[in-house]
Amino acid sequence: MALKSETMPIATSADVVKVRQLARQWATELKFSLVDQTKLVTAASELARNTLEHGGGGSVLASIVEEGARKGIKLSFDDKGPGIANLELALRDGYTTGGGMGLGLSGSKRLVNDFEIKSEPGRGTTVTIIRWK
Amino acid sequence: MDRIPILKVGDCLLVTIQVDMHDELAMSLQEDLTSQIAKYASRGVLIDISSLEIVDSFIGRMLANIAAMSRVLDAQTVLTGMQPAVAITLVELGMALPGIKTALNVERGMELLQAYLNQDVEPEETENDGAQE
Repeated sequence: MALKSETMPIATSADVVKVRQLARQWATELKFSLVDQTKLVTAASELARNTLEHGGGGSVLASIVEEGARKGIKLSFDDKGPGIANLELALRDGYTTGGGMGLGLSGSKRLVNDFEIKSEPGRGTTVTIIRWK
Repeated sequence: MDRIPILKVGDCLLVTIQVDMHDELAMSLQEDLTSQIAKYASRGVLIDISSLEIVDSFIGRMLANIAAMSRVLDAQTVLTGMQPAVAITLVELGMALPGIKTALNVERGMELLQAYLNQDVEPEETENDGAQE
């Protein structure tokens, strides 16, 4: 269940910074270690930028979730962009359709505990991550 | 638009990044820095990121680009002050910043640059094609 949640738009690169700040604030509230905070915020930054650059903008639904005794931060990035035709390929290190290094998806997957991606060509992409405390 | 200040200290340029950078700000730093290297014929660039709480693949690429561009302009770049949590995250993300010289803090970074300027050759990366021997 979600203890609290908030939706933020991702339409400009200033919004990417705001997503980072929200992730940092909540991770601090949940008393994540500094390394865990940094990993979550970095993954949030990568995925928010993907939403902006590849998805043509979208939104993120951030929530604090609880499962038994543990709490975590769940971020769900959603866009209505072109989607990803080959997910397996997109999750490979070094694969890029933009000018980046191709670490956005594969790298952020390594920085979180749960990672789920749903994409339909022509309809958009949703990436959901959770970092547990 | 805001800009990251660049200080001229002798032969070197000094940059301290103290804000949570959005992507356009990172791009403008890249441009400002290269034009100042050319303007002052600087031989060294020191970038201190001790206040930076995250380095994602975009910021990492920008830093690697600055180092590469400086090298082409005959200047050496040293990156200083990376927080341990940032270093851990960056490596896990998949970016180890190869080709960038780093130092623990500004003081050691200046020493490294001075050593380079005094020797007038690039330490460690001196390429020897054997033609002059």
